[in-house]
Amino acid sequence: MKHRLFRGGVHPEGGKELTKDKPIVPLDPGGTLVFPLSQHIGAPCLPLVEKGQEILRGQLIASPPEGRLGVAIHSSVSGKVKSIEMRPVVGGRGVSVVVENDGLAREVSFEERPRWRELSRESILSIISESGIVGLGGACFPTSVKLNPPPDSPIDTVILNGAECEPYLTCDDRIMQEHADDVACGTELLRRIFPDARIVVGLEENKPEAIEALSGAFAAIGADVEVRALPVMYPQGSEKQLIFAVTGRSVPSGKLPCAVGCLVQNVATVRNMYLAVAQGRPLMDRVITVTGEGIAEPGNFLVPLGTLVSRLIEVAGGFKGDPGKVIAGGPMMGFALTRLDVPVVKGTSGILVQPRSMTLVEPERDCIRCGRCIEVCPMGLEPYRLNRLALLEDYDAFVDEGGMDCIECGSCSYTCPSMRYLVQSLREAKRTAAARRRK
Amino acid sequence: MNEKLIVSTSPHVHANVTVRTVMVDVLIALLPALAASAYFFGVRALLLTAVTAASCAAAEYLWQRLLGKPVTISDGSALVTGVLLAMNVPPTFPFWMAVVGGVFAIIVVKQFFGGLGKNVVNPALAARAFLLASWPGAMTSWTVDGVSTATALGILKEGGQALPSLMDLFVGHVGGCLGETSVLALVIGAGWLFWRRVITPEIPVVYIATTGLLTWILGREGFFTGNGLYEIFAGGLFLGAIFMATDYVTSPMTVKGRILFAFGCGVITTLIRVYGNYPEGVSFAILIMNLVTPLIDRKVKPLRFGEVSSRG
Repeated sequence: MKHRLFRGGVHPEGGKELTKDKPIVPLDPGGTLVFPLSQHIGAPCLPLVEKGQEILRGQLIASPPEGRLGVAIHSSVSGKVKSIEMRPVVGGRGVSVVVENDGLAREVSFEERPRWRELSRESILSIISESGIVGLGGACFPTSVKLNPPPDSPIDTVILNGAECEPYLTCDDRIMQEHADDVACGTELLRRIFPDARIVVGLEENKPEAIEALSGAFAAIGADVEVRALPVMYPQGSEKQLIFAVTGRSVPSGKLPCAVGCLVQNVATVRNMYLAVAQGRPLMDRVITVTGEGIAEPGNFLVPLGTLVSRLIEVAGGFKGDPGKVIAGGPMMGFALTRLDVPVVKGTSGILVQPRSMTLVEPERDCIRCGRCIEVCPMGLEPYRLNRLALLEDYDAFVDEGGMDCIECGSCSYTCPSMRYLVQSLREAKRTAAARRRK
Repeated sequence: MNEKLIVSTSPHVHANVTVRTVMVDVLIALLPALAASAYFFGVRALLLTAVTAASCAAAEYLWQRLLGKPVTISDGSALVTGVLLAMNVPPTFPFWMAVVGGVFAIIVVKQFFGGLGKNVVNPALAARAFLLASWPGAMTSWTVDGVSTATALGILKEGGQALPSLMDLFVGHVGGCLGETSVLALVIGAGWLFWRRVITPEIPVVYIATTGLLTWILGREGFFTGNGLYEIFAGGLFLGAIFMATDYVTSPMTVKGRILFAFGCGVITTLIRVYGNYPEGVSFAILIMNLVTPLIDRKVKPLRFGEVSSRG
């Protein structure tokens, strides 16, 4: 079947060669771990432990308020609760459970379910919810909620997102290569939930090893899953663009993928669904790419959630040269950190260190009307115009011109010869416009 | 880690294409045409180019210094304007007039409107129009091999001389402005700009094709009598279509808009050439379409993701 390429997009320099051949290594999280109570979309969790309490790896330490959107948080180490306090987190500060790791990795007893293939849809969803699983691609939306779309939008296509279009990041690539069997078993769960849907893995064609591993794993268990190699183009991994590439369907403005009968899950999420349901292991660790020209020994690590970024950098050999920027996530959409004592959370896919010499410090210039931002915008918007409207604070016009459709991929700013802060201003304006709308 | 971390919002990488690299690419693309003009018109062509480029850069520098604004001549845009202006004057054009043209282009057409990105019309072309109005004699005295001659389009309009061959037009052995003389050199420059993705082919291709077709259809001797091929090689069409109409600032920002713009340029060029008093219409056609550009940009929008045909 032919695949379509969405319109627009850019080709940022890969940077993937730094880590794509680095196998996933378990990482010793060090002494202090921090678990922010808000690391998913929804209401912050309420802590279930007290200062001084002994806890085990896998123990539930916080859960969302009754009846509110959110998922549980589990400890990734054994040790003692040191405090529950405000701590610096990615993007600010947040109430967190701080745990002193005793290094013994004593675990709760995980309830294995050998007959997981026979579980009902309802029990699968409730296990996923209790296991604290969110979309690990970075969105952090509770997976059990996403897997339960409104009944009036039947799902006929489930897409596993293995595109990993962000430059530098290779964690999903490594998971698909090293844990293809887990991912394959995860698709069996999706099959239980959506018995009539076709299941497709969409990934960029620059990952031949992953394609081979997945195809083999699906064949081994007789899973009817198509592996679709897609052209390398950023942002291929964006939900709407991926759906378009795989099915040719366009999710209408302001709508969710279920509006066109699609559901997208990141491959790492699907793997963790399997670990949770079959092995009873909640989400405690995630694979993170620690990389960049400013890191001595880039690699992929299996990181206990709550590990501090400073610890990751230490394990990856420390800085190489003078670090300019430390970014949580990839270079296109990641967050630059102000400090390194922030913890890894469920949505952290990478830690990227740019040496000071590589850090962008160009001033913004006037728009020269070259049209590149329009050419690359995967949503067919006019970023230069939206930028002007954002600066004018004309939010009505901003919304009329499609500003709310912006997926914040950053292609416009990446390509702008005048170094204009296009996506940056759009992001801000989207928030303000949404806040005004709610009033 | 001695200093504080740098913090900004994403993206944290850039395509490494800047205003400056774009301008440098345009200058590189102009080199073949510059070499051709030096070959056919002598060293004076190079001197004239140096004079216009220097006067444009100096005008921008002085203006920005006097107004206490950041000096932006390092972005290369003033140099591009200067070289393009030279491309649009005859080889015998007096140096002092060239300086006046350069100052006019930068101060009046560009800086009065707010500098790079804000000007409404192409500075080099507006300066050319200004020079043509001020010194029509100096702006239309053509020579080939030191002998005064008429341009191919002038002969088409007025008659009187034998027309140069199509091959001479293509290679550049004809009377004309510095830059328009060699179609071959201009096409090489265009190849560079396409390869470097500085410009996309819509504007040059549509502009030249429209002019070729329409001059053939409308014909100087009646319908379907025109020689479209000869018409597009003669005059400043390739120079205008490749280097002037593609000016980012004064042309539309969407692909559809650019096609419309280029079509308009072709129509106006043809009308001026066939029915107007001027032998050549490229400059005025582009200047007029420059003025239409804001309207095109307001009305011609890219197709939004998820849209099928027209927007709801």
